[in-house]
Amino acid sequence: MYKIISKRDLVPKIHLLKIAEPTLAKKSQPGQFVLIRIDEEGERIPLNIADWDENEGNVTVVFFENGATTHKLALLKEGDFIANFVGPLGVPTRIEKFGHVVCIAGGVATGFIIPMAKALKSKGNKVTSIIWEKTEKMVFWEDRLASASDKLIVATEDGSYGRKGSAPMLLKEMLESGERIDQVNAMGPGPMLKACSEVTRPFGVKTIVSLHSIMVDGIGMCGSCRVSVGGVTKFACVDGPDFDGHQVDWGLFFARNAIYIKEEKIAFDKHLA
Amino acid sequence: MGKVNLNRVPMPKQDPQIRVKNFNEVALGYGYQQAKAEAERCIQCPKPTCIEGCPVEINITGFIKAIVDGDMPEAVKVLKDKNSLPGICGRVCPQETQCESKCIFAKKGAPIAIGRLARYVADWEQANLKPSVLPSVKTNLTGKRVAVVGSGPASLTAAADLAKMGHGVTIFEALHAAGGVLTYGIPEFRLPKHIVRTEVDYVKSLGVEIKLDYVVGKKITVDELLNNNYQAVFLGIGAGLPLFLKIPGENLNGVYSANEFLTRVNLMKAYRFPDYYTPIKVGKRIAVIGGGNVAMDSARTALRLGAEEVYIVYRRSEVEMPARQEEIENAKEEGIKFKLLTSPKRFLGNEQNWLVAMECYKMELGEPDSGGRRRPIVIRGSEFAMDVDIVIVALGTTPNPLIAATTQGLEITDKGTIIADETTGKTTKPEVWAGGDIISGSATVISAMGAGKRAAASINAYLMDSK
Repeated sequence: MYKIISKRDLVPKIHLLKIAEPTLAKKSQPGQFVLIRIDEEGERIPLNIADWDENEGNVTVVFFENGATTHKLALLKEGDFIANFVGPLGVPTRIEKFGHVVCIAGGVATGFIIPMAKALKSKGNKVTSIIWEKTEKMVFWEDRLASASDKLIVATEDGSYGRKGSAPMLLKEMLESGERIDQVNAMGPGPMLKACSEVTRPFGVKTIVSLHSIMVDGIGMCGSCRVSVGGVTKFACVDGPDFDGHQVDWGLFFARNAIYIKEEKIAFDKHLA
Repeated sequence: MGKVNLNRVPMPKQDPQIRVKNFNEVALGYGYQQAKAEAERCIQCPKPTCIEGCPVEINITGFIKAIVDGDMPEAVKVLKDKNSLPGICGRVCPQETQCESKCIFAKKGAPIAIGRLARYVADWEQANLKPSVLPSVKTNLTGKRVAVVGSGPASLTAAADLAKMGHGVTIFEALHAAGGVLTYGIPEFRLPKHIVRTEVDYVKSLGVEIKLDYVVGKKITVDELLNNNYQAVFLGIGAGLPLFLKIPGENLNGVYSANEFLTRVNLMKAYRFPDYYTPIKVGKRIAVIGGGNVAMDSARTALRLGAEEVYIVYRRSEVEMPARQEEIENAKEEGIKFKLLTSPKRFLGNEQNWLVAMECYKMELGEPDSGGRRRPIVIRGSEFAMDVDIVIVALGTTPNPLIAATTQGLEITDKGTIIADETTGKTTKPEVWAGGDIISGSATVISAMGAGKRAAASINAYLMDSK
């Protein structure tokens, strides 16, 4: 059992849990994830690692409520326990000196892109970060990501805060204005990852996307999370979650992530409605 | 010597019509009268050849005699002296190719039902002697500590033996439940999970500590274990990566690896969805690709989940099938259909990426291959389509590369298996041993247990030699 030592609701539907796990706190690296299971009846789902504190021995996850398990997780409180918290899983994000790197966080991803931006910056990259949310009330941690980056742009879909528009649109603007970008690292909803990859493709800018697939074990045993990258089948859990966005078969990715939509609703109605 | 009795006492089983609707155990086990009658058939050979056929060298005639004498505690003691997991072995070991094949009655087609008797003894213990009758062991007498990675049959056996030898043992398991393939792979109806739990608890009662949720290679490396007060490491990590066919359409929705299908059902209890949160797609017409025990398990699981028609699609003929005869018979009794000499060419999907059909080749058998089984050859122009909505690929597994990739000096073969001495399990890295499927590729529970036992003996010799 793993204790929740703090819980915060950041913005509507986006929550933070700080979990006591000293060993994991020592080992986590940017881009990695954990698998969690709430209780005996629970399913195993991956959550991105948002932060870790080696001295205090805890690991933070930030997640969006979009299914039965994440809804249930959002109901837990400080002092509660979850049954399983396993990690750090996945290959850490490659942190090297690339030059100018644009880190794109869509939706919940602002919550967990910060360690990556920080690490890239400390390697000597110039880091421009983009936060993209639907509307002003969903914007969070602007200050935190700003301090992990050289430059931060915030955009909202409805224009209620920052620039009006989308992350791919801003990225396109930058590229078309002739701004040199050496690499894009994007985290967030699949359609945004795909759109960013399409924007950079004609410019030949390497675009690393962090894929959130359906997983069971998270250690390469089952193949539930398989994705096709450059025509080769990969397991997002052990070969990823970072992949070259230009090589990802997006149609397959979206289709496989939709396998259990019906069951997701059944589980929600049974336990949480 | 009594007179020769060639009437094996049959195993009582759930009726096929009933059992396809539940996940309860198919084989019900002997009662005492049945066990005694079967045990009395044993003529107690002075030089029992059956024991030679047992990878863990159980004193088979010894525990059978105790059954005949009605001394069940003694039977338990003899059985568990060499085998820490008798309830598991009694259910899933292929005795017909091991101990029972060496029984002198095997030639007459009626070997003593050693597996059934072992199961009877183990079940008797679970019902009558909780906790174990064995004297409690004082743990960590030697002050030496061994890290055991994985908690499948090889690891549990190595851990139990090392604990009995007086060493401190910690098992590191990646999943949230111990047992490895016994827990995530073999279905409830063939190996009830309470049996696995009880035998894992027995291993714990010997003083073995089990750390769950612990992915060695990620959370801690083998080198870190060796630098953290463990004098030896045993790798019993199995062959965990599923093989796919590498044919078009394999990533369609509805194509599962057997590992995924069985893990969802067995470990995550998807058969109790939505009470349990993990979902599974069952479908109406299911094809399971492969002819091993895992294929049979997958097919029979699919049937119990409510599939209307379930096919085993296998590229050779029935004689070449690697599954146990008993499991093939069980599958047939339950209505699984066998499409033999058939091999998938590609999977066909609809616009939403859902599987709708499978195109197959008909096959014929050619000359025997290096393994001695006749090689399947595609018959040109023989393609035909099968309408299926779920496919389960049960072609076997390969080793998970995680540990080899994160361990300095641990050499592997081009198949990804760890190189280790066959008799001792010693790897190319000092202080590291390995055994089970990670050495051999997919094999059996009992052969993994044998490897665990031999490695434990070698580790013990090493630890007792070193200061």
